[in-house]
Amino acid sequence: MKTFTQFFIEIDQTSGNNEKIEALVQYFTITTKKDMVWAIALFSNKRPGRTISTSLLRQWASEKADLPLWLFEETYHIVGDLAETISLVLPEPKQSSDRSLSDWITHITSLKNASLEEKKAFVLHAWDSLSKNECFLFNKLSTDGFRMGVSSRLVIKALSKYTGLEENMITHRLMGNWNPETTKFEDLVLKSQLGESLSKPYPFYLAYALEKEVNELGDTDQWIAEWKWDGIRGQIIKRKNQLHLWSRGEELITEKFPEFSHLLSHDSTDFVIDGELVGFKNGNILSFNLLQTRIGRKNISKKILESCPVIMIAYDLLELNGMDMRPLSLLERRESLSILISNPVFNQIIVLSKSINFRSWENLEEMRLQSREQQAEGLMLKKKSSIYETGRKKGNWWKWKVDPLTIDAVMIYAQRGHGRRANLYTDFTFAIWNETGDLLPITKAYSGLSDLEFQEISTWVKKNTIERFGPVSKVTPILVFEIAFEGITFSNRHKSGMALRFPRIKRWRKDKTPLMADHLQTLHEMAKKI
Amino acid sequence: MNLLTFTDRGIYCSVADVYIDPWKPVKNAFITHAHSDHATSGHQSYVSTSTSVPIIRHRLNPQKITGVEYGETIHAKGVKISFHPAGHIIGSAQIRLEYKGEVWVVSGDYKLENDGISTPFEPVSCHHFITESTFGLPAFNWEDQFTVYNQINNWWKQNKEKGKTSLLSVYALGKAQRIIHHLDYSIGHVFTHGAIENINEVLRASGLPIQNTSRVMTIGNKQSFEGALILATPGSIQSSWSKRFKDVSVGAASGWMNIRGMKRRRGVDKGFILSDHADWKGLISAIKETGAENIYVTHGYADIFSKYLNEKGWNASVVNTQFSGDLSNDTEQ
Repeated sequence: MKTFTQFFIEIDQTSGNNEKIEALVQYFTITTKKDMVWAIALFSNKRPGRTISTSLLRQWASEKADLPLWLFEETYHIVGDLAETISLVLPEPKQSSDRSLSDWITHITSLKNASLEEKKAFVLHAWDSLSKNECFLFNKLSTDGFRMGVSSRLVIKALSKYTGLEENMITHRLMGNWNPETTKFEDLVLKSQLGESLSKPYPFYLAYALEKEVNELGDTDQWIAEWKWDGIRGQIIKRKNQLHLWSRGEELITEKFPEFSHLLSHDSTDFVIDGELVGFKNGNILSFNLLQTRIGRKNISKKILESCPVIMIAYDLLELNGMDMRPLSLLERRESLSILISNPVFNQIIVLSKSINFRSWENLEEMRLQSREQQAEGLMLKKKSSIYETGRKKGNWWKWKVDPLTIDAVMIYAQRGHGRRANLYTDFTFAIWNETGDLLPITKAYSGLSDLEFQEISTWVKKNTIERFGPVSKVTPILVFEIAFEGITFSNRHKSGMALRFPRIKRWRKDKTPLMADHLQTLHEMAKKI
Repeated sequence: MNLLTFTDRGIYCSVADVYIDPWKPVKNAFITHAHSDHATSGHQSYVSTSTSVPIIRHRLNPQKITGVEYGETIHAKGVKISFHPAGHIIGSAQIRLEYKGEVWVVSGDYKLENDGISTPFEPVSCHHFITESTFGLPAFNWEDQFTVYNQINNWWKQNKEKGKTSLLSVYALGKAQRIIHHLDYSIGHVFTHGAIENINEVLRASGLPIQNTSRVMTIGNKQSFEGALILATPGSIQSSWSKRFKDVSVGAASGWMNIRGMKRRRGVDKGFILSDHADWKGLISAIKETGAENIYVTHGYADIFSKYLNEKGWNASVVNTQFSGDLSNDTEQ
């Protein structure tokens, strides 16, 4: 673990991407191939399975540090990271250890069926033999959430530098379902495409939000406009009579959508389609909320299949009969896509995302305003000549979303944040006025303000706390914020009977008093319109 | 009635008619140390340690200020008042008040290590102890300070080898002089932001041995900063002032650097965990050494720290003051 820890310290101390890549290459050069596979896995959000519950870790850490549990918990809320809190409160280690990163991970994983005593003995021994930074990393490995300022993009750049292979090729090889416990570095990164898993998806091409005036895009003839559907972006892959469905988060979700299994009865044509999974019933697209509920379920019951049947709205064709279509133009790809899915087997399961006819940009702007009625989030603008690129790129594809809905609400609770927001109040609950003139909690929101504003609010919260419930501070209801959100759904779990979709803080309305905040009535009216 | 009460102007001794570190204008202000959250302007008369006098003069320009030596007793209407080293910064003191056999100590800010430049902390026996709690959480345990000085010097040396300038964020009064005292001057040249150099000049003029440092000039001839170490205040590093330095590595020396999230938020490349406040163990051992039964906890994690002290058998309570413990804006007024 010492090499990995040294590397972590270096990464942690630099904010420059080039320096991070240098550090990665340096680490790849000196570490073992086995550790390297694990390091790549950790940076691509693949983690060893959790074998020790965090509540046990909290308990053992407070015992070992001779602190009452409540004090440990309070400390955790301020430090904002469990692994770090443990490493900070524990006494100095008595010895040191030369175990490698992969060795520690293997040990942690092997505890799956161990008894409580065995787990505790292992953890206490580890804490006794690891330096503060090593201990922090060990705790990170034992819990979850391993972010250390290295994006998978940086890892790919570093691997490309280290191996001399092209970035795109490495991106593709790292995607999908490989297991760091059993995969060899040579097989993962160095081996050519032959014999590679049939399930492997392509990296998604992602668009940025349109940052200029739409008419600056030039000739309307060069562009295609489509609705930006509010569902789950996915890739459906049929190769050699195997079917796989991936979400954009690189999760394999084939089992959750049995609707698509009958595509296997299709002739021998193989394909990879990029599209949006949406709930669809009686000719209407269902709300995202229903789809989300369905995804949350472990078992897909008949009832769910009936209440929220899913289809894919197909945007793009990435592979056809083993041929990589991505270098072709969008127009050519859509043409092939449209021919492919005209086959009856796709009927009502995969439908083409229609391109919207528009005469002028002004005309399109009017149509964009109708997005919500269409259950869409806005429009996608794509250049007809665009190839299918890798990752988030500017220029050829743009998202053009509708403006969010907004309300003015009063802050009533505040809680400290995590990670970079440690010791700052950043998580707030907001309320609006109900019929009886009381403040009714309506939503939580965490993002949208600058560090400076969070700092100012934190100082304010400390001075204006009326009551504390564990980590939550109830504050004097004075501060008013404009909350932006994308939709409203009715929900029994919320006191207000409604839940806001994607709530975030748009701005701090220092010009408003609490009495000027919105009323429940306003939300009801908004909900009716959608 | 207690000898000391906590009012909206500051900590007050009604028998002697004396305020300690008041934040609103009063007649008699006794000042523990010259940081801006403890030494405020507008009082009719000031009393501080004689070492603090020139700093307070420089920062607040008071009409009337008296300096006393550590251990010297002032008699005020039957109350014996004396100043004792707090080890926090140069000239910092705990203020002891004794009346009819009852002893109170206002500790201001303090740390237990000898930093080589401030008069080291001395425990003072008392019945009532008023303590800060800036780092009153078990997550704060300081490493040996000489390890940290080595880290700073090594960082500077490595930056110099890469042709980089080292820009270190420190509080102008206290942390800056402590670090200057432990820098390895064989590495290169040391520059300071004006707010720090002003303090250095005041201290040198009063006979304190502060090594040579060069002021970063905002006008006049161009200075060469390559390979140098520049000490600057947290505010100036975030301002356009720091744009003049090319190819820099930015560091910060503060107890807050102990928390990764806060270090990341500051956006510095390198955080050095170095504080002029007592850490968790330091606070508890200081409290034990006073022998006091009654503990009043001020600025910091006061509610958490006092709850812990109560569990451990002290009679502890939280008192609200305007002290912040955060000196990001601590500059001359």
